Amino acid sequence: MATTLDEMKGYQHDPGASTALVTTSTSVLENLINWSRRSSMFYLLFGLACCGIELMQTGGPRADLDRFGSVPRATPRQSDLMIVAGTLTYKMAIRCKLLYEQMAEPKYVISMGSCANCGGLFQLSYSVVKGVDKIIPVDVYVPGCPPRPEALTEGFLRVQELIKREKQKQKHRPSRSPTDTGAGYAVPEV
Amino acid sequence: MPALTAEQVHQRLAAKFGDAIGPLSPPKKDQHFTIAPARLREVARFLKEDPELAFDFLQDLTATDHPKDGVIKVVYHFYSYKHRHLVEAKVHADRANPELDSLEPLWKAANWMEREVFDLFGVVFRDHPDLRRVLLPDDWVGYPLRKDYQEAGGYRDISNVRDNPLDLYLNLDRMVKAQQPAPAAAPAPAAPPKPAATEPPKGA
Repeated sequence: MATTLDEMKGYQHDPGASTALVTTSTSVLENLINWSRRSSMFYLLFGLACCGIELMQTGGPRADLDRFGSVPRATPRQSDLMIVAGTLTYKMAIRCKLLYEQMAEPKYVISMGSCANCGGLFQLSYSVVKGVDKIIPVDVYVPGCPPRPEALTEGFLRVQELIKREKQKQKHRPSRSPTDTGAGYAVPEV
Repeated sequence: MPALTAEQVHQRLAAKFGDAIGPLSPPKKDQHFTIAPARLREVARFLKEDPELAFDFLQDLTATDHPKDGVIKVVYHFYSYKHRHLVEAKVHADRANPELDSLEPLWKAANWMEREVFDLFGVVFRDHPDLRRVLLPDDWVGYPLRKDYQEAGGYRDISNVRDNPLDLYLNLDRMVKAQQPAPAAAPAPAAPPKPAATEPPKGA
């Protein structure tokens, strides 16, 4: 029996349901809902730093996120996906959280690039948040500095995978951060 | 009218203001001199309005912190588009209570630059029309570019601590082992009851 990192964090993880379109664990109706949901993931136009340039590239004709049904929206109220692209300062963190709260459910978050993942190059700075998961729950982390459009596309496909195996009664929602208390991961005493 | 060297500018100022102008620094780098804080506005007005000097542009305004000397040195770069010459001046503000005259009435460019120095060094500029923080949030505590600045441990409820992710992976084996003796006891009661309740109807 494999214990994955997801289970450590308390995710409901169903390995059998990840690939097949019709599975035993999601109903046909759920499949239909999930299919429509993941096929029109509108992302919020929200670039903070140089990752924002790669985000624009990803939406551009070469990487073309539009072929997965994902187009940028200029307002959080019409967005399903927030791609946090770039260095997040404390001043911006308040705004970022506000934008996230304005998005309608179901909503998903991609943390793009080192800075959004953990503070990155600016981790020792006094004004930079040490990872966007300190303030909002993150579904997929994309490494890179900045990630290439291909990497972000892959991250987007991972979000689609998450939605594909989502059950309507058990809402997938990752914890805010394993480290948001500063107390660290809950390592059981052995 | 020809461009003046820093030496010539300094001579002119020293002749007019005397003790308020400090000695000129050695010429190995950008030459600069100090201005007495009390007469800063007066000297600056002369720099701007004297036809031979005519410094019509405040190129830069920044600061450096010197805790040992007990001063914050505010650095001014004046440039003249008319004569194409540049001069650098420093003003020593008392570190315990840094307060200087604002140059915003003379050069509008000083507005945001003085706000930045106030934001990061805590120098208060008298007569500034809108002295607020410009980069950091308004409720930020402390002045980060001072040498003795200590982080307050994040901002509002956002912690500034992030664990090394390697710790998790190094402990992963230990965590798996800890879970295996009682796989049905520890995680199972919390999560599976719900699937158990939903699955029977599906099978039936």
